[in-house]
Amino acid sequence: MAGPGGDMQWCFSQVKGAIDDDVAEADIISTVEFNHTGELLATGDKGGRVVIFQQEIDNKNVPQFRSEYNVYSTFQSHEPEFDYLKSLEIEEKINKIRWLPQKNAAQFLLSTNDKTIKLWKISERDKRPEGYNLKEEDGRYRDPNTITALRVPVLIPMDLMVEASPRRVFANAHTYHINSISVNSDNETYLSADDLRVNLWNLEITDRSFNIVDIKPANMEELTEVITAAEFHPHQCNTFVYSSSKGTIRLCDMRVSALCDKHSKLFEEPENPSNRSFFSEIISSISDVKFSHNGRYMMTRDYLSVKIWDLNMESRPVETYQVHEYLRSKLCSLYENDCIFDKFECCWNGNDSVVMTGSYNNFFRMFDRGHRRDATLEASRENSKPLQVLKPRKVCTGGKRKKDEISVDSLDFNKKILHTAWHPQDNIIAVATTNNLYIFQDKVN
Amino acid sequence: MSATTAMEVNIEARRILAVSISKLYASRSQRGGLRLHRSLLLSLVMKSARDIYHSSRESDAPSEAQSPPEEPMDTSSSPELPEPQPEPLSERNSSETAVKESDSEEEDYESDTTEDKENLSPARQSRKRRGKASAAPDFLPNKRARLEPGEERYAAPVASCRVGAGESLTTLSLNQVIPAF
Repeated sequence: MAGPGGDMQWCFSQVKGAIDDDVAEADIISTVEFNHTGELLATGDKGGRVVIFQQEIDNKNVPQFRSEYNVYSTFQSHEPEFDYLKSLEIEEKINKIRWLPQKNAAQFLLSTNDKTIKLWKISERDKRPEGYNLKEEDGRYRDPNTITALRVPVLIPMDLMVEASPRRVFANAHTYHINSISVNSDNETYLSADDLRVNLWNLEITDRSFNIVDIKPANMEELTEVITAAEFHPHQCNTFVYSSSKGTIRLCDMRVSALCDKHSKLFEEPENPSNRSFFSEIISSISDVKFSHNGRYMMTRDYLSVKIWDLNMESRPVETYQVHEYLRSKLCSLYENDCIFDKFECCWNGNDSVVMTGSYNNFFRMFDRGHRRDATLEASRENSKPLQVLKPRKVCTGGKRKKDEISVDSLDFNKKILHTAWHPQDNIIAVATTNNLYIFQDKVN
Repeated sequence: MSATTAMEVNIEARRILAVSISKLYASRSQRGGLRLHRSLLLSLVMKSARDIYHSSRESDAPSEAQSPPEEPMDTSSSPELPEPQPEPLSERNSSETAVKESDSEEEDYESDTTEDKENLSPARQSRKRRGKASAAPDFLPNKRARLEPGEERYAAPVASCRVGAGESLTTLSLNQVIPAF
């Protein structure tokens, strides 16, 4: 993260979304994801829409402006549905988006709400055919008797049009709410996970999926934990992990048996008894799990911390970073205002040297693993002049508040950053506040 | 443990219980249906609060204990929610198996075992709130009214930690319950 000169600095690049303080619920961003090259950035919102931004190609070689992203495509991925049998509404909110690696000219992504996963094809059209033999220009068919010659249509250039079309709909496989999808490194299968089950799909086949994990107890009264996230290993197509509400992570090998209820590895850190409180279970629930790009580590996010695990060591994480430890004494209030249930995500940078996660007051945190440094930055309209360098922020935990520090009680818990993403190959980050998407890049000297 | 601390813990536990119950009520009317994860976490908090409340009550006044001092022999770690059992009945709309699974998930998950081993009070009715006598308000109605579409249950107002015990517990819950019904 740091060059020879010291800490990396981050600059504001762009902010997407309405400036209104009055946020429409449908505009709340619910997921952010770069594609594998970083050229495309997708966001999903509570209204079921997907908006894809594309990196401006002309600027890619101009360091200061390489993080300019413009709207590429917008489409309605999911609509609200009603389950008549259970008399329940199915929210259209997009829970996750995952890109498929690019195989041809078109781009593909998977988007999911609580119950249904869809495969979308995003393709460009910049030519149209003209000069049909049998049709008029407006599409009406000519009277066959008037046709005396053969004419082959030619393709002529037109304004670029980006089309999104649903290619597959994977439905009716989940009784509970889908929290994760993950594309396998084999590019043929993917998994979807809900509270109690993980299913394996083939990208081509929509009417069948295989259940590979089932933790539903025979008697629901004995339910003690649920699945909170799941992900395939980036290189080993037989390996995946799933995290639980109890703070454990299980690594499973699909070669062992068809049903992976028995884990190959169980990652669990014993609880610190001095931290025990009413809310210990809630704050130990893992909200996100991500493999490192090199496949040697995985990162988990629980309410107060980020933990890095070595896949070869199950007994405890190799690194633990406190995101906002000052909240530990406020858990009661956070329980009352529901913030304690917030599910923060986390992400790795391209070379796995830095991890990032969000917090409250539109703060987000970065942890430089190698240099043992961390930073707190803020995504706000006040710091949104082009190329403005972000000033590190500090939360005052007690005693005398220094200038520029903010006290814990002044934090705005309605402004939370749950979703962040890091460009896979560059120091460009996308940070989602409630309804705005901020793009930052590292400072170029 | 001094009497004051036990009292404070007692108050805190009751307050958390009340807040949790109102959250459970509120979550039922949420779009997208009952969230299993959230419900599980709520029930775990309620269980902790209830356990701490009872243990602080026992250390407080062992001579007045109405119920047996030991915790029940319920070795399962099932989340026990002090909610009236018939509550989920109003949510059933058909007898389809698909519904049953999801409903039984809700019902089994939320209802305590009908034979409540802890509560030996002879006056106990099976439809009444379970658990030790005053663990949670017992004035809440047994049946849950069916909501019309568009109606919402009120979420818990944010209460300060200085809320007093008995009356405010009553007031807090009643304020939510009465408008909702």
